[in-house]
Amino acid sequence: MIDTESKNLQVREKKEMTNPTEHTKPGFVFNPAVDILEKGEEIILLADMPGVKAKDLFIDLRDNVLTIEGGIETSEETGKVNILREYNVGKYYRKFSISEVIDQSKIDAQLKNGVLRLKLPKVEKAAPRKITVKTA
Amino acid sequence: MIRGLFNFPTLSVRGPFEELELMKRQMERLSDELTGGFYKSAAGVFPLINVAEDKDAYHVSAELPGLLGGDLDISTTANTLTISGERKIPSEGENVKYHRREREAGKFSRVIGLPGQINTEKVEANCIDGILKVTLPKHESTKPRQIPVR
Repeated sequence: MIDTESKNLQVREKKEMTNPTEHTKPGFVFNPAVDILEKGEEIILLADMPGVKAKDLFIDLRDNVLTIEGGIETSEETGKVNILREYNVGKYYRKFSISEVIDQSKIDAQLKNGVLRLKLPKVEKAAPRKITVKTA
Repeated sequence: MIRGLFNFPTLSVRGPFEELELMKRQMERLSDELTGGFYKSAAGVFPLINVAEDKDAYHVSAELPGLLGGDLDISTTANTLTISGERKIPSEGENVKYHRREREAGKFSRVIGLPGQINTEKVEANCIDGILKVTLPKHESTKPRQIPVR
């Protein structure tokens, strides 16, 4: 599925979370844009999280709930005056409930240029066992 | 009077305080806008930018996840900066089922007018973790100068 003719990108404002769980630190919390796709025995999740460093990324999967959290280092530089501010900077947070059984030990996460690529391998289905009914 | 009762915006109210919470946030946003905390994109052109200045330079930043320096084309004139490029999302191959597709690919180009003249020779740009930062040193004529009073 490749877009052969590339269209022009439209402005989309960052989606601020409407009902975040309360955070102890003040600041903005955004919902990262994600792609979720199924490729064979894997579920792949791609999330746009510009500015997040690998050490500030937190991924958790328990009770079929996947939580992605990306912290942002905000360094207030002194002496700078804002002239124009079109976007705000804040952490990213998003939760998904996953219906498939995921093999926890094989989860793989990569963060590259602000894009997270998360591989969630499904647990191999137990081979169907045929039960023969013996008749006496 | 009765009509007024039913004219409440029908927001999906999940909890008794959610609508109040929403109103609170909207009010906060409005006050932010009035006080100049956050401006809506006046240009409406991708990408959204933040511009700051100090006494030596202008600093432009934009969020461009997944882009590398090579995907970007940055050019300047004496008082404008142009950022253009293309965001490509590589194909995931055949036999892929998408459940969600929110990320977008495409071309973009934006011209930013700067409030003063810049030194085009010394413009620096870097793109780290999906954030583009361009530093545009001010031209000597736009730098603040202290004038000693005799």
